[in-house]
Amino acid sequence: MEPKSVTRLQPDIQEQKPRRRYVFLMSTPALLGLFMFLVIPFFMAVGMSFTDQRLLSPNETSWVGLRNYDRLLNVSGMVQEPVRDEAGQLVLDGDGQVEYPRLRTLLRSDPAMADYKLFSSWDLGEKRYIVLAKDPHFIQSFINTLLFVLLVVPLQCGLALALALLINRQLRGIFLYRTVFFSPVVTSIVVVSIVWSFLYHKDLGLFNHYLQAMSFGLIGPIDWLGDPAWSMPSIVIMSAWQAAGVQMLIFLAGLQGISPDLYEAADLDGAGPWSKFWHITLPGLRNTVVFVVISTTIQAFGLFTQVDVMTQGGPQGSTSTVMYHAVTKGFREQDIAYGSAISVIFFLVILGIALFQKRLFDSKGDK
Amino acid sequence: MQIVTPTLLSVVLMTTLSTSAVHASAEPALVKLWRHETSNIAEIEVNKAAVERFNQSQQRWKIEVEMIPEGSYTETVSAAALAGDLPCVLDMDQPVVPNFAWSGYLRPLKGLVSQEVLDSLIDSAKGTYKDDVYSIGQFEVALALFSRQSILKEHGIRIGTIEQPWTKEELLRALATLKASGKYAYPLEMRTGWKGEWYSYGYAPMLQSFGADQIDRSTYRTAEGLLNGKQAVAWGEFFQSLFAEGYVDRNPSDDKAFSQQRAALDYVGSWEMANHVTSFGDDLVVMPVPDFGSGPVVGGGSWHWGITQGCANPEGAAAFLDYILQPNEIAAMSEATGMIPSTPAAAELTEHYRTGGDWRFFYDYSAAYARLRPATPAYPIISSTFETMARNIKDGADVQDSLDQAVDTIERNISDNKGYGFN
Repeated sequence: MEPKSVTRLQPDIQEQKPRRRYVFLMSTPALLGLFMFLVIPFFMAVGMSFTDQRLLSPNETSWVGLRNYDRLLNVSGMVQEPVRDEAGQLVLDGDGQVEYPRLRTLLRSDPAMADYKLFSSWDLGEKRYIVLAKDPHFIQSFINTLLFVLLVVPLQCGLALALALLINRQLRGIFLYRTVFFSPVVTSIVVVSIVWSFLYHKDLGLFNHYLQAMSFGLIGPIDWLGDPAWSMPSIVIMSAWQAAGVQMLIFLAGLQGISPDLYEAADLDGAGPWSKFWHITLPGLRNTVVFVVISTTIQAFGLFTQVDVMTQGGPQGSTSTVMYHAVTKGFREQDIAYGSAISVIFFLVILGIALFQKRLFDSKGDK
Repeated sequence: MQIVTPTLLSVVLMTTLSTSAVHASAEPALVKLWRHETSNIAEIEVNKAAVERFNQSQQRWKIEVEMIPEGSYTETVSAAALAGDLPCVLDMDQPVVPNFAWSGYLRPLKGLVSQEVLDSLIDSAKGTYKDDVYSIGQFEVALALFSRQSILKEHGIRIGTIEQPWTKEELLRALATLKASGKYAYPLEMRTGWKGEWYSYGYAPMLQSFGADQIDRSTYRTAEGLLNGKQAVAWGEFFQSLFAEGYVDRNPSDDKAFSQQRAALDYVGSWEMANHVTSFGDDLVVMPVPDFGSGPVVGGGSWHWGITQGCANPEGAAAFLDYILQPNEIAAMSEATGMIPSTPAAAELTEHYRTGGDWRFFYDYSAAYARLRPATPAYPIISSTFETMARNIKDGADVQDSLDQAVDTIERNISDNKGYGFN
């Protein structure tokens, strides 16, 4: 038995050896590119994030340990008592509000607290609860980015699926619709952003004109990009419109991979369109959906251009994103080490979310 | 070898292309140049033409121009500096020059550029850091308040003069009148949609006219009490009120409100002069910026040229700078773009800026009110912080808090950088 199996294995190994060599040979250019432009810069960023490296500086770079991460992530809290006069009565300010000691004066007087800034506060009873952060702007940007992802991923994927369903039929001239739906993707995002800021303008923009005409002046005018409550949704709508074409094509490919036999069988069983969509189309698109959702999520985390062109992070930081914050700090303010620390944290977060999504979809598939 | 190669080359060329033999024997050395791609087409055209003339005028050097988009120009230059990829000659906004000089990327121009040229320039056309000149410019700009005679007359508004500029109250009264007329949704255009350096160039002079400043210029180490003091708060509240009252568009989608007659007043730099004259001719009025209490202030220092440390042919770069700073070259730039010439001799050659010329007043505004932006390597952070702060105030944030935040950011950056060489 034994000699037999050895002789059988022999040719296999001999065959595999040169193949393995080819695998390495063929993948070398791609691996080299990945290494030079992704892996090495990433490790450089990790290294830099522990230093005080500047973009331009004659000063020596020195190790600062976790200082950048501390400045980025450190969050603290405190409770403030209102100001009382000698008789123990609450002091009211000009607007009749209970007055509290000025936070900045308080923080600056204590060296241990000097780096903290106000992130948020609530007045509850006769006390003020304060959340402090060393970089409140980063935390706000992080929340904004999550909000953008949560809003844009369902919208963009849903829109893409709807468009794909619409154009997945054998009609004369359907290619025209495909081109039209795909055209925003091939338009530069900078151009799209500039054009949409015209459409979004509060007084002259097309959207407000339509809104007011259709609602007989009841709705609007909405200050799309100027109102902190509307600015992020405005960017979400535009981004979904601009990018949905790519996902539409992927869904279309997925739809065409579903066997028509299944639909015919369903017709014979008397299934309606809804139940065909729910029981044939969606399960048939499972792998496509997983891919589209994960790739859209990762792409959405990188939101930068729209913000840079349309709002510059405003109004009042409501559209600032992690990428925008990293570029502002790292390049415009030349603190490249701090920018690196932001990127490293951001990379870990995206990696975590992508792995989590993958897991979630995998476990669903097992059932 | 070094002698043989060109000879061989010229022999080969002579046999094939007999006419180009002269060129081939003295191939000009390439000198790379970067410039920002401004929206002012005339400026780029004149610059291109000057490069052409320079390249034609001699055989030793050849300038090769590369355009970099304006919005991210300073970032591009910083990144290139870090990567060691700077060109030989580049143009820079004057206030970032101290930062580049401190970082060791620029060469002092003394000894490279001819002394005669350096002496001929007005002060704000020279970018200095610690008493050395690192950059020189062909032109200067000044802020002004543009309007039209017909509008002011119709609404009974006085024309501000250099002897008696508008006060804050006069400006607010004029804005209220114009707004009430119902003809202008936003009577004042202030280019709030521009990003980057404009915020600091355009609005910091207002802050200074209120009596505050971006940093304490005696030490260049602190801003506490200046950028967040009483006068600064007064500026912030005034600035915020312009948007809250609807005098200025908070989020304009273009910068054509004045030229398309949607706005009655335009607060902008003298570089728009040529465009406005084309649009409105004799109806155009140019007024000095308002006096907010401490005298009118306009920003000094425009785009300058500098030579990098890594430049392999500094003599070629210097020869080019000498060439474009000749009076006739400066005058050509001024004639085409309407910019203020940077030497008195060049000014005399221009139609508008010569003594008695119709735009001579910009010269006078500049001389009377110009204040250079803080000459410290910390300027990039000051400018970026100032922009964020002004945007937040524009969008309704608490004025005192915004100013305090800006002070904290600037001061921490200065201490992180060991004072930027100021102790």
